[in-house]
Amino acid sequence: MTRVLIVGAGPAGIRAAETLVAAGLCPVVVDEGARAGGQIYRRPPEGFLRPPRTLYGSEAGKAMNLHETFDALVRDRQIDYHPRCSVLGLQDGSAQVLSPDGVLSLPYDCLLLAPGATDRLAPVPGWQMAGVYTLGAAQIALKSQGVALGRRIVLAGSGPLLTLVASQLIGAGATVAAVLDTAPWRAQVRGGIGMTLARPGVTLRGLRLRAGLGRRYSAGVNLTGIEGDGNGPAAITWRDAGGRHHRTACDTVALGWHLRAETALADLAGAEFAWSDTWAQWLPRTDMAGRVQDGLYLAGDGMHLLGADGAEIAGRLAARACLADLGHPVDAAEQDGDIRRMRRMARFAKAVASAFPWPAEMVRAVPDDAVLCRCEGITAGELRRSLSLSGTEANRAKSLSRVGMGRCQGRYCQIAGAEVMAAQAGCDPASVGRLRSQPPVRPAPLGLLATRADSRE
Amino acid sequence: MSQAGPTETGRLQRLAEADRPVLAFTFGERTLFGLQGDTVLTAILASASSLRDAEFGPERRAGFCLMGACQDCWLWQENGPRLRACSTLLQEGMRLHPAPPDRWPGP
Repeated sequence: MTRVLIVGAGPAGIRAAETLVAAGLCPVVVDEGARAGGQIYRRPPEGFLRPPRTLYGSEAGKAMNLHETFDALVRDRQIDYHPRCSVLGLQDGSAQVLSPDGVLSLPYDCLLLAPGATDRLAPVPGWQMAGVYTLGAAQIALKSQGVALGRRIVLAGSGPLLTLVASQLIGAGATVAAVLDTAPWRAQVRGGIGMTLARPGVTLRGLRLRAGLGRRYSAGVNLTGIEGDGNGPAAITWRDAGGRHHRTACDTVALGWHLRAETALADLAGAEFAWSDTWAQWLPRTDMAGRVQDGLYLAGDGMHLLGADGAEIAGRLAARACLADLGHPVDAAEQDGDIRRMRRMARFAKAVASAFPWPAEMVRAVPDDAVLCRCEGITAGELRRSLSLSGTEANRAKSLSRVGMGRCQGRYCQIAGAEVMAAQAGCDPASVGRLRSQPPVRPAPLGLLATRADSRE
Repeated sequence: MSQAGPTETGRLQRLAEADRPVLAFTFGERTLFGLQGDTVLTAILASASSLRDAEFGPERRAGFCLMGACQDCWLWQENGPRLRACSTLLQEGMRLHPAPPDRWPGP
């Protein structure tokens, strides 16, 4: 039988697996999570008691449907499921997979990548200290562990997650001292009109959550620094839209500016990339169904930042594209209907991106002594000074400055690094180029790399 | 190796799911208690303000992304191997260290 390998068991990977199984295939699903659901519908470990309504709010029905669908596929042995496994690299039609027991080599005929996204981060002076997290981390801690990451939390950045995480934390009883949005009101109103036209219900729900934040929320903020001592943050300093200085006491800061597509495996698989002005990042090129080429398909936030609803649609679309290429009959009306739904999601996402833009000016002006690369403590000034030797090409600048060479492999500094380089060179960040992805795409202990778990036929 | 003092309080605040069996483990010189289903990161930060020193700066680190992408939360186990604290569940009797052991176990 044709071997289809799906990477990721979030909304996109689950719908892709379901669609392939319905056509009679038995896909292999590799996922880093201990339980399927992805990040947005992440499940707590066994034995936790909060009901889905508490965990997922208005999205509880969608989360439960995805979890039940996937659990049934596993229970009925309709998929070959590898939880707690990371794909490290792709070579000669096989994926090298780090499992808890060693490295597996999983051969495939078709590859469907649904690896999701991480938070998109901008450096704020002081962000390297203990007690500064991503917005996603604050949400994961609450959802999957029932904890707040601090006793007095400031959330800062921009995007739908900022308001959502703030509401979820407040609802669960955490103390949120401030919610600092770098997006100016003008951009939010302009983008909000497009959001309302594309998805009025979702936009209204977001507005209600936002209203619930009350005076904690400020728009058009410029973040100037995180002050602290050896134990973590003591305060965040910021300027409001009118330029007035503020200092908000806190013990924890969570930062995030919408999402950054996780594209390392798509890169290793040979996808081409195009700069997206909308998302201010490089994204893989695909057709509307997520097809890169015959045998390689992308779905979900790792392809196009449409969020969870868009990811479910993209998972079905990519699986049907794969089936069509394999010569299976595919219902054209279903495929066209999903492409129409996807276009609506894309209109909404584009409006979201313009409502909550990447804070390019703030990043370009980040002080020389601010850490840009958290992994290795490299400052913005060190990157700027290295450019006279490396020139402004992302990979050369990485080699010389090491920004992008640390353990996160550039996931949390690459976008800001390109912005700093572009400012220095007087060009746009697209002209700086794109960091090439390198295997292994996750760090792998040498002992496990040397231990080959059974190679599969 | 900087060491959390005995008066140190935890960074995290438990908001829910408190009714789980208690597991004991050690972190550096301290004996700590977590709950079954805690990640190693949750269990340590419930009693300490950070996980380890930064390798390239003066500050401490306490994890960052909690989804296995940033690699900020690696810790050492007494028998040598490292683990990623955000994605490893706590087990009774774990012996964890915020820094590499002074003496690696020999043959």
